[in-house]
Order: sequence, then structure tokens, then C-alpha cells
Amino acid sequence: MHKARTNPFNTAAMHGALILYTLIALFPVFVILINSFKTRKAIFREPLALPSADSFSMVGYQTVMKQGDFFLYFQNSMIVTVASLFLVLLFGAMAAFALSEYRFKGNMLMGLYLALGIMIPIRIGTVAILEMMVASGLVNTLTALILVYTAQGLPLAVFILSEFMRQVSDDLKNAGRIDGLSEYTIFFRLVLPLVRPAMATVAVFNMIPIWNDLWFPLILAPSEETKTLTLGSQVFIGQFVTDWNAVLSALSMAILPVLILYVIFSRQLIRGITSGAVK
Amino acid sequence: MTALTLSNVNKSFGAVHVLKDINLEVEDGEFVVFVGPSGCGKSTLLRVIAGLEDVSSGEVRIGGEVVNTTPPSKRGIAMVFQSYALYPHLNVRKNMSLALKQERQSKEVIEQRVAEATRMLNLEDYLDRYPSELSGGQRQRVAIGRAIVRHPKLFLFDEPLSNLDAALRMNTRLEIANLHQQLKTSMIYVTHDQSEAMTLADKIVVLKAGRIEQVGSPMELYNNPANKFVAGFLGSPAMNFLPAGLVSEGDERTLGVRPEDLVLAGDGPLKVTVQHVEQLGGDTNVIARIDDHQITARLFGQHVVQAGTELSFGIADGKSFYFDKDGARLRA
Ligand SMILES: Nc1ncnc2c1ncn2[C@@H]1O[C@H](COP(=O)(O)OP(=O)(O)OP(=O)(O)O)[C@@H](O)[C@H]1O
Ligand SMILES: [Mg+2]
Repeated sequence: MHKARTNPFNTAAMHGALILYTLIALFPVFVILINSFKTRKAIFREPLALPSADSFSMVGYQTVMKQGDFFLYFQNSMIVTVASLFLVLLFGAMAAFALSEYRFKGNMLMGLYLALGIMIPIRIGTVAILEMMVASGLVNTLTALILVYTAQGLPLAVFILSEFMRQVSDDLKNAGRIDGLSEYTIFFRLVLPLVRPAMATVAVFNMIPIWNDLWFPLILAPSEETKTLTLGSQVFIGQFVTDWNAVLSALSMAILPVLILYVIFSRQLIRGITSGAVK
Repeated sequence: MTALTLSNVNKSFGAVHVLKDINLEVEDGEFVVFVGPSGCGKSTLLRVIAGLEDVSSGEVRIGGEVVNTTPPSKRGIAMVFQSYALYPHLNVRKNMSLALKQERQSKEVIEQRVAEATRMLNLEDYLDRYPSELSGGQRQRVAIGRAIVRHPKLFLFDEPLSNLDAALRMNTRLEIANLHQQLKTSMIYVTHDQSEAMTLADKIVVLKAGRIEQVGSPMELYNNPANKFVAGFLGSPAMNFLPAGLVSEGDERTLGVRPEDLVLAGDGPLKVTVQHVEQLGGDTNVIARIDDHQITARLFGQHVVQAGTELSFGIADGKSFYFDKDGARLRA
């Protein structure tokens, strides 16, 4: 067992596989990035070449900056993603805690009901959601998007988090109760920090689809003030002509914020549980 | 004054009846140990006393007051858990002072009580460390310290030593005994280790399948067990049980003899074949067969006995216990 793990050939093979995978995964991102700095001609002539003194051009970024209110889109996407994530994590964790910690009638049924959403895609309800938003006057607001994304993210969040919360030591929670901590303090101060890796997982899983979503922004909030980045970038993609410089530049810039959020969450993932609480 | 009174306490989890009609009194300053096999309901009983579980029926009184509906933090108890259960995000000092802060004690009181507990437990050097930076024994001492600072009316310990290694367990056991002498507070201590029970307890409560089998001082239980279960549970090596017919023809009862009450006697009634010998230095344990039954004899001093040897044992005067076939003690 131990020998196999330290065998240099195995180590090399393992790293080889991982490096290969990394290259494949990063290749499209790399191509987008280099091409966003090239002239239109250069993009089509030699898509894989690095920008040279000849082919270097910032025209894509200039178009993006000029056309539309790109920073507003950016801000909209950021608000929607961060607010939805916050709500998903908060309510998901609270529901998960109640389901895993308290014995009450219908606990099982409630858990199943909340998990049902994992199997039913929320887009099936688009028409009903739109009608509801129209009725409540939320069309063309970011609130509409935040509500929908929160609903979309909750089922999986509850499911994953309640599984993790069941593993948090009962003794620790009971020690808190004996010391006179309220259930809220126990939840926020004792349990949440211990399930932080699970929270980070849920956050990462939810973040990317929300950030990239085109469907709901297009239907619920297509107005100029509420456009998200993904929707805003669509102006450069036409039926007949596509401004590739602009599209690539917009995409390159769209990667940045998710990357930053991802780095923040994955730190949490790696840092792991503060050990030494129990045993 | 009685520190704790349980009257007709029952506890069910759904259809599972875990505690059955428990009646018990714990006097002020008494050290009471709950023992019993795994799953007999010791922890559940402790959690009921602590208020972490509600009783299904019956009454719990602490210091004379009915506390059935009092939350754990207001019951005047403190609990030490098997898994330490220290707060991972707080250092030792804050772990110990949290409960006092919740009670809104003044800074001076908190400081003085933490200082007192640290001194008792020799934790001075570790006050600013986090639980993850402590060894198992130190963590358990912090957990005990967290209980001491509250000045409770009743201490509850749930198998506090079972995560420690043997040597450390001995030391911590002594520390707990010292602590009890200094504090003179009532303590309830759960264990399934009968030697811990014998050494620490003023009073042992033997539980089996959710019922109290017998309550008494360690020596009372040892010398005068109420039934076969208690007789077999306390004492190490455990009591031998044989058909009494082996000693006197036609006797239907079960005979119980403690290993140290078997004496070598050439004309003894128990003719055995030695299977295995354990030399412990001070004593020698002889494990032997008689018909299909295995018996253990404990001889004082060092004896050289070969496996396969035939020996005869007699029983020391007045040291035979008799049980009927349901395990109830028969007093001759
Ligand atoms: N929350 C619960 N729901 C259902 N049954 C439970 C629950 N807690 C405990 N039990 C049952 O109650 C019985 C007693 O459990 P308890 O934990 O009190 O045993 P114990 O004597 O402390 O055992 P051990 O020595 O292994 O700690 C067990 O059969 C257990 O399965
Ligand atoms: Mg237990």
C-alpha cells in the first residue's frame, strides 16, 4: 500500500494525468484570453498564435467599454450572484440545522419535500414565475432574479448541508446548551464554522450557474438597468455579424469576478475544520 | 438534603422504551456511579438529568426543586462529555469562562473562578491555547475545568476517561477523586468500566436494559449482590457460575464463586483440568475446565502450574452464592 504510493512511476503518472487534465480544462480559457488582445483579422488567421506587436489590439475592450453600460452589468451580476448565494447559504443552513437537529412531526416529509427541487428543474416553471413576477411588479428588478436563484439553489443546499450537520458532534451542541447558549448562538457560532467546507462547496456549485445564466435575466429582467453581464454580452452576438473582439473581451472580463469568488470559497474548502473540538 | 431525586422516570424514543421506572436518590456530596453494559441507557439517564432530553413521565428534582421543564443551563448542573466537546474557536480561558459570561457574572468573579479551576487542574500554562493545540488528557482537564467554574450543585460525567490511554486514565481518575474530596459536591459518573466504578463510587447504580438492578456501596454490591447480573458484572476476573450439582449431587441451583474464593484443596469437590495460566506477579490466574464449564481461580502469590494438570479446588467458607434459573439470588 504505502510503497505503491511513493513509487516514483505512479507519482509521475498521477501528475501527468493531472497536468494533462489541467491543460485541457484551461485551453479554451487561454484561447479566449489571447484572442481578446488581437485584431479581428489575426483572430481568424491564426487563432492559436499569441498576440504579437503586429496583431496586438485592444479594440475589443474599447468596444465593450463604449457600448452599453458595462460596469452596470458587471455590478448587476455581482449583486445578483452574491445576494443569491448569501440567501441560499443562510436559509439552506438554517433549514438543514432544523431538519438534522430537531425531532418533530413530519421531519422526514419536510426533508423530502425540500429535496424534491433537486430533481425538478426550475425552468419548467418559467411561465408561472413570470406571471407571478408581473403580478407582484417585480419584473425588471434584480430582486426577481435573486428570488428565483435562491429558490433554485435551496434544495441542493439543504440536502448537502443537513447531511454534514448530522455529523457535527452532539456533545458539542449539548455542551453549548448546558453553558446557556441560545439555539441561534449554537447554530451560528458552533455549527456553522464546523460545516464551513460544506458551505463553500454549496457556494461554488451555485455560483457558476447563477453567474452564467442567460435564461432568467432575459425573461425576467431584460431592461437596460438590470441587465447582467451574460445578457449584456449578447449585444455583440448578432444573427449575421458577431463582433468577436468584443465578445472575447467581455468573456475575459467576466471570468475575473468568478475567479475571485472561487478563490475565496476554495480557501475555505482547503482550510477545513478546525480540529481538536472533539476527540 | 438530597441533591437529586428521580421518581418513576420513564423515557421512550418513539416505540423504544429506554428508561423504565427509574427511582433514585443522590445525597449531597455523594459520588454516584452508573454502570451497566453498552446500550443500557446510562447516557440517556444522564441526559435526562441534565435536561437535554425530556422525560416521558416521572419527576426529576435537583436540590429539592422539580426541574422537569427547566432548561439545562438553569438546572445548576455541569456536564463533562466523553468527547470533551470543547469549543474549537475559543481558547482555554474562554472555553472555561463562556458559561459564566452567559450567566452575566462580573469580570472579577469570572477571573477568580477560572484561576481557581486552573490551579486545581494545573492548566496555568495552557490558558491561551486553542483546543486543537492540546493533548487528549489536557483537553479532558479543560472540559472538567469548564464544569468546575460554574460551581454547580451537581456534576455529571459521561464516560470522561474512555478516550484516554490506560496510564492517563489512572491519573485522571485520581484527579477526579481528589476533586470530589476538595469540592464536596455531588457527582454522577457514568462508566462501563467496573474498576472505575469500584474505585470512585460512594454508591454504585447498576443498570441493565433501562432498569436499575441494584443500588449500594461498592462493597455491598460486591459482597451481597442482589442477582446474578450484578454478581457477574462487578469484580475482575468475573464471578464463576457453575451448576451447583457439581458440588452437591442433585442441586438444581446455579452456584456463583468469585475467583479469589476458590482455594486449592486436595480433597476439594471441584476437580478441574488446567487450560491456561496467567502469571501477574502478585497473583496467578488459573483458567481451567470442569466438564463443559470454564472457571477462573485467582491464587495469591506466584504458582507454577502446567497446562493440562489436574487440580482440586474447594470453596472458602460462606463464599458461595446461589441463584435460581432466572438469575435471582437465593439466600440459603
Ligand atoms: N435519540 C435516540 N433515538 C432512539 N433511540 C435512542 C436514542 N438515543 C439512545 N437511544 C437508544 O437508547 C438506548 C440507550 O442508549 P444510551 O446511549 O443511553 O446507552 P449507554 O448505556 O450510554 O451505552 P454506552 O455505554 O454504549 O454509551 C440504546 O438502545 C439506544 O439505541
Ligand atoms: Mg453512553
